Formats: sequence, C-alpha cells, structure tokens
Amino acid sequence: MKNIRNFSIIAHIDHGKSTLADRLIQFTGVCNERNFQDQMLDNMDIERERGITIKSNAISLPYRAKDGKEYILNLIDTPGHVDFSYEVSRSLASCEGVLLLIDAAQGVQAQTLANLYLAMEHNLEIIPIINKIDLPSADIDRVLEEIDSELGLDPDTHIKCSAKEGTGIEDILEAIVLRIPPPNGDAENPLAALIFDAHYDSFRGTIIHCRVFEGTVKSGDIIKFMYNGTTYKVEEVGHFLLTRTKRERLSAGDVGYIIAGVKTVADVRTGDTLTLQERPCSQPLPGFKEVKPVVFASIYPIASDDYQDLADSLDKFKLNDASFIYEKDSSAALGQGFRCGFLGLLHLDIVQERLEREYDLSIILSVPSVRYRFTLKDGKVIYVDNPTHYPDPAEIAMGEEPYIRAAMMLPERYLGTVMKLCMEKRGVNSNMNYTGPGRVELSYEMPLAEVIFDFYDRFKSVTQGYGSFDYNIIDYRESNLVLMDILVNGEKVDALSQIVHRDRARARGLNACDRLKEEIPRQMFKIAIQGAIGGEIIARSTISAFRKDVTAKCYGGDISRKRKLLEKQKAGKKRMKMIGSVSIPQSAFLAVLKSDND
Amino acid sequence: MRFGGSEDPHYVFYPHNFIWHIPVNTDRPGLYIHVPFCLSKCGYCSFYSVSSTHLIPEFVQAVVNEMVFYKETFPSFDTIYLGGGTPSLLSVSQIDDILKAVHNNFNIDQHSEITMEVNPGDVSLEYYQQLRKLGINRLNIGIQSFDDAILKFLGRRHTAREATAAIDHARKAGFKNIGIDLIYGVFGQDIKRWAKTLQKALSFAPEHLSCYQLSLDKQTSLFKRYQQDSLPMPSEDQALDFFKTTSRTLTQADYIHYEVSNSARSDSLKSRHNMKYWRHVPYLGMGPAAHSFDGENRWWNTADVEAYLKTIDEGKKPVEKSENLTKEQLALEALFLGMRTKDGIDLEQYKTRYGSDLLMEKRQTINELIKNELVGLKDGRLYPTLAGMAVADSLALI
Repeated sequence: MKNIRNFSIIAHIDHGKSTLADRLIQFTGVCNERNFQDQMLDNMDIERERGITIKSNAISLPYRAKDGKEYILNLIDTPGHVDFSYEVSRSLASCEGVLLLIDAAQGVQAQTLANLYLAMEHNLEIIPIINKIDLPSADIDRVLEEIDSELGLDPDTHIKCSAKEGTGIEDILEAIVLRIPPPNGDAENPLAALIFDAHYDSFRGTIIHCRVFEGTVKSGDIIKFMYNGTTYKVEEVGHFLLTRTKRERLSAGDVGYIIAGVKTVADVRTGDTLTLQERPCSQPLPGFKEVKPVVFASIYPIASDDYQDLADSLDKFKLNDASFIYEKDSSAALGQGFRCGFLGLLHLDIVQERLEREYDLSIILSVPSVRYRFTLKDGKVIYVDNPTHYPDPAEIAMGEEPYIRAAMMLPERYLGTVMKLCMEKRGVNSNMNYTGPGRVELSYEMPLAEVIFDFYDRFKSVTQGYGSFDYNIIDYRESNLVLMDILVNGEKVDALSQIVHRDRARARGLNACDRLKEEIPRQMFKIAIQGAIGGEIIARSTISAFRKDVTAKCYGGDISRKRKLLEKQKAGKKRMKMIGSVSIPQSAFLAVLKSDND
Repeated sequence: MRFGGSEDPHYVFYPHNFIWHIPVNTDRPGLYIHVPFCLSKCGYCSFYSVSSTHLIPEFVQAVVNEMVFYKETFPSFDTIYLGGGTPSLLSVSQIDDILKAVHNNFNIDQHSEITMEVNPGDVSLEYYQQLRKLGINRLNIGIQSFDDAILKFLGRRHTAREATAAIDHARKAGFKNIGIDLIYGVFGQDIKRWAKTLQKALSFAPEHLSCYQLSLDKQTSLFKRYQQDSLPMPSEDQALDFFKTTSRTLTQADYIHYEVSNSARSDSLKSRHNMKYWRHVPYLGMGPAAHSFDGENRWWNTADVEAYLKTIDEGKKPVEKSENLTKEQLALEALFLGMRTKDGIDLEQYKTRYGSDLLMEKRQTINELIKNELVGLKDGRLYPTLAGMAVADSLALI
C-alpha cells in the first residue's frame, strides 16, 4: 500500500487537463506510441471533439521513481463541467491528492477555485501545476501571485510544465510520489469501497469503478450495495491499465473495477459504498447523495415510426448514463415521446448529440424547463417540469421556482456589463470580492430558469471569454409565473410552451417569435407565429411565403442533377418536424431559449 | 438534287412493325442527338459545346456508329430532336447522313415529330428548304430576343433583323411547326422591354414559344461578368412578375402555357419530344454529353468530343456514368417533373408506378396547398396553378 498513490487532476476548463493526463500516460509507458491517441482518457468521440471529459475514468500508471522503487499511480480523471460537480466530488473522495492545473496565461479561474475548495473539503494534498508555460502570453509571475493571494497556497510548492511540449512531466511524477500520502486502511478490515463511476459493457454488464478504503474484495465474494442493500456475486476484479486487467483481489488503497453481473448502471449509484454481505462494514463512507436532474425536456422522434427505435435507444443509453432519467410523455403537436431529466444544459446537449450520433436517431427536443413548485388553493403542493402539465391558473395559490447561487470570476473591466446582465436575469443579493489587482469574484442569486435561458453564452460573450462561471442550486423562491404558448399557423405547439415570469413574458414571447422566424425556413405559404398567455396574444411574427423557386429549364440532362439537388433538400426536410403543414427544424426548439441581444 | 420535286419527307415508307413494351410507360421513347459544336459560346449557356468544327465529319460518323449499340434496346421512336450546340452548323448532307442512319437502325413512326434547333445567324432559305426535304418537320429557332442590345449582352452572334429573317425563311420554306426560344430577366431588361420582344415574337404567330428566365451556372462567362460587375439578378418578386406577365400575355394570345417555360398554340403543337422528359417517358440521347433514360436507369455520355470519338472508334459505348434509380428516386422525379406542367400528375398512375398514394400520405399538406391556391385537384390529377408552377421545386418536396 505504501507504493500506491491515488490522485486526480483538477482544472478550469481548457487549462489542459486531458493533455497532461496524456503525457503522464506516455511518460510512464503504459501505452506505446503506436496505440496512443490524444486524450486517451476521453473515450467517447464527443469528448475528444469538444475537448471535455463527460464521464470519469481511471488508469493505473506503473512508475519507477528516482528512489529506485516501483509505484502504482492511480489517476482518476474527473468531468470538467459544472453540470457534473457531484461526480467530481466522488472522484476526489477516492484520492489522497490532486494536481491543481492552472493555465499560465489565463491564471486562476472560477472552476480552479471551485475545484480547489472541493479538494480542500476532502483534505487532499494539493500540488499546483502551472501549465502552458510555452505560451507567449504566459505570465508566470502573475499566476504565482494568484496562487498565493487567491488560492492561499504556498507558491513555492508549484511545478511548471508544458503538457503540450512534454516538459516538467517527470517533476510532476516525482512530486506525486513524494508529496501525496500513500493511502491508509487495512486490508483485513470489513470491505468499504467507494463507487466513483460505472460504465456499461455490452458483454460484461456494468463495470463498477471503485476505490477500496478498507478490506479486500475478490471474485466469488458476495458484495452488497449499502444504499439499497442489493447483493451480487463478484465475477471479476481488476485494475485499469490501458484496458481492464484482471487481478486476484482489490485491497485497501487500490483503485480498480468490479464486475458482478449488475445489469444496468442505473442499479449502481455513484458515491454508494460497497461492502461484503458476510462481513459488512459498520457504516457507509460519507458523502453519498442522490443526483437529481435539474433541467427537463421532452424528446420526440421526428418520424413517429421511429418511436420504438427511440425507446430502445433510450433504454440502451440509460445503461451507461445513470444521471439521465426519462419517462413516457406525449405531445399534441409532436406525438409520442419521452420526458427526460438532465443535470444541466450541457448534459442535455450531450445526450441529444449522442442519441443522434451513436443511435442514428433524428429527434426533436422540446424547450427545456426547470422544475417549478406550485401550491394549489386546496393546499396540495405539486412539482411541474413540463409546461404541458401546468396547473389551471385559477387553482394556483403560489408558484415558486428554483434559485441558484452563481459564482463568477472576471477581470474588473467587465464588472459593469456582467452586473447588468445578472440584473436582467433577475439576479439578487450580489456579493463582490476583489481577489487580486483587477480581478473580481462576483456572486449572485438567480432563478435557474434564467441561467438556462442563454445566460452562460451571453456571460462568455460579454466577458469575451475571460469570465468563468459556476453554480449551485440553493432553494425555491416565490415567483409570479405564467404559461406562455407558441402558436404556429394558429396551431398550438405544446413543445414550444414555456413557464415564464410574468414580467418577462412579453419580452420572451417576442424573442421566441423572432427566433422562430429566423429558424423556420420560408415555405410555400405565409406562416404566422404567435406567443400567447391563455387566450391573449402577446407577441407575433410572420414568415413570408417564397414565391418562385422553379428552374427555367429541365430537359434530359438536367433531370438527374435536379433530382440530386432535391434529394439533398428532402434529406434536410426529413430532419424537420411537420406540425400541421409547416416544417419546423430541430434547431427551432432550442433557439427559442436563445436571445439575440448579445 | 436527290430530293428534288418531292414535297413529302421520303422516310414515311420505313416500316414500324414492332412491339415496344416497357412495363411502366406505354409511350414510345424519344431520340435526342446532341451536336456539340458552336462557332462561339453564348455567355449564359452551360450546354456542352466546342468550336472545333473541323471535327464535325468525324462526329457525324461517330453518331452513326453509336446508334448500333442501341438498336436492340431502343428499337423505335416517335420523336427525334437534333439539339446542341448548334446543329445548323452541319451541312444538309451531314444531317441527311445522320437521319438516314437513324432510319436504318431504328423504327421511326411515320408521324414522328422531327425537330432541329437552328441558329438564326447561320441559315439561308435554301438550307431551310433542304431541311424540310430531309423530313424535319419542326424547327426550334434560338431567337432569344428581338432587342439588339440584349442579344449583344447575351453574346449571341445574330441581330434582331437576322432573327426576323430566319423566321420568315422558315415559313417560306414551308415549316408549319416553328418554335421560338426567348430569354427574359436579363440585366437592363425590365418588364416593359421584355413585353416588346414577346409581342414581336407573337407577331409571327409561332406554333410554340419557349420563354426562359435567364439563369446562370457558375462556370458560364456571363455569371462571372454578373459577379465582377455586381449586376443584379431579378429579385424573387420581379422574377415572379416576369413569369406571371409572360403567362398572362401568352394565354390572352390563345397559347397554352403548358410547362414552366413552354407554351403552344394547341395541344398537338406542344413539343412532343420535350413532353417525354416531363412525363418521365424513356429517351435515348446520343452524341457527347447526351443523357438517356430507359424507365429505370439513366446514363450519360462523356462530355468531351475527342474522348467520345475515340471511345466509339474503339468500338465501345461512350457512356461516362450510369445510375439505377430507386422507386423513391423515380417518384421524386415524376413529381418534380409533373409539377412543372399544367397537367400535373395522374394520381392513380403515380400510385401504380411508384407505390405512393399522395392523397392519402400528404392529405393535410395538399389541402393547405389547395387552400393557398398553389395546386388543384381535378379528374384524378394533381396539378399546379400558375403560382404553384412558380414553386414547382418545392411542390415536389411535400
């Protein structure tokens, strides 16, 4: 156990986490150049393309240190987005130390801070790493100053590196060995293993990723999930080299996997404790929390024939994404579909993209919504995350919506515009802190619905990319809510309905009508788009018909060419939803959430 | 003179005792021959042509040889169309050679429509008279405009006066079925100016009038000029105005506006050959770049005269590419072609041929289109109104 180090890399997005992980993997020789590919730990295409880590991942790096001894360095990768902060906390709980990566040009950012706080909560050894020192805009002195003043860490403990160029990697590995403490625990104690992730393998079922704190687990053992008491027989244990590698046992201090015939990842809860049925540990490891989705939207197949395909795909998808939930739903305009819950908008985006890419589905997502709380006149309290289920306004005694606390870091020069933006988004109780010369830490309490409504994009835009943002949900607060419907050619499209604050309704309605006008292509007849509350029309726009598109000539040689053109257009149209006789593109449903006053 | 004295085309004696059977189309196929030579390239034209007229004799021989490949699969035709390019660059005897070979290799219906495209700049009265004797019974004259400035802008090598003379000669030579091609929507041409050309054309009472809106492929020189000089093309509304004004003018003059760009004085004077394209009837195209369609496959010849000559010389078909069309592709073609024509499509026939019941499948959309007066339903046919014809491409995407 003395030769094990469990660590994680934490960083603000784009500060180079995946690249550093790649270098550590290369340096320790787990993989040869031939099967190396960038962002080794990011398995999904989507992760590589977007440069973010969606799921946690782990790898064991064998390393012979300068002291001549062999070590196993377990690197536990963490997701890098606010939507997944609970997953991050469970990964950190599995470590004894972290590499806190800071971009030499950008310096300390909001997630650097948020991640540092998380690491401190878990009493982890923190090694500050200044990355990207090769950049011409690198300002190491300023970063050192920030490490001292903003993070409160000893700047002398830092290590400089350029993950891109591969410099400073050995210093980092040595620091991991020397400064991160070896795990504690006793292999003879009752088993206590923390689940920090799980993924689905179509041959073996669920692969549980865990960190063993106490005791030992081996194949043949009967394990018990402490959250719900279910038991399974262990088929295989092992650790993660480049691929899963079977071992005889996992003991206190180890990071590895367990295969135990668990059918879906939904049966496994991240943060739960595994123990042995025979000889259970007295209490679960601390920090377990059930993850609840905060953003909801319905998914419909574009062609109603594809409903069964969609259902099957969601089933399969769910196997590998425990935080995604769904249930049957139906829409007057869009037919049969599913109501789904997501951890945030990025999660929603990812789910949509994966369904389309991995399952080849053409889907429409309804306008995302948060979960509202209504107290009815008869005293009943209901939660509504689907505008279709909006209660009869006459029955509502009180409406409430979820609030978040937003933490932002930005250069002082953007303070005015950001505060204006926050106020526009109904932000209250602001708090401001100068964390260094010219840098401000700003916090606001805001309705979650406003954050979903294009806050992040506009925040990034007004701070020209220099601002960073993080949020926590805090509570429900009373709010004057109304249901706003959208009518396309006089027909209500329920998937475009939104629950909005009354003071915002008209502006939102106008915005939605304008955006739809941009998104819905001109068709052969005029299309009216209206926003309505109850029977009252509050906003309107019109899409004019196009009047001439036919080509002048079409003889023998033109027919194939023309057909190919039309086939292309037809394929594009297939990705649109026919509502009445109007084709509405997929993009329209999410566009109503975006505003154009960037 | 070989044909001296006889007023009647001498090909009427050729037999046509065969049975042509294609399961989906009962009409006989049309024969197209592409003559890919032009003395100069018009700025707007993207049809294949070259100026190397010294190759014409070899070309004539090659086309004659190409026919042999198809005598089994396309035994009979009832329309022949000599297009280009500029077929009127061929001498009378060269045209005779081609037509003779056509009759030798295929069965040609005695009532066939035999059309030739002519350039008003090339042709003398005597040439027209000879053409008639060869059995050509329909002329399509590429007038384009009766406005010299417009002709010059388009890069035509004839004048308005020559255009007038060409029509007079054709009449004098005894042609009873004359088609005139015109172009509108040219830079500097407003509706009024276009109406003058149109009226002038009507004064000759042509049997057939093709009025094309100028459209430019990217590779044409006129397209480049429009770009360089930032010349405007008509806006969508202006284009529609041209289209509707033209249609109204011709309809008032008792023409039938039967296809987007085509009008005829009576049903029997519609271009029977071109109707085959729009009605999805098979056609055989010979000559460089010519396209063919047999009801299920479409293929096209290499668009390079020298390669064409060489391939035929080697005893091979000069086909560059072919495609086998799926039922869906055929259905889409039938719809976009049908929506170009006043008669539209026969729904029952469409269902039988392509297995798609439009009225059932697209009821709501069709109702909306009827409500918006873009299509009509009559006698089992779905047809575009004038406004519908203007958006025929979109009608095909319902």
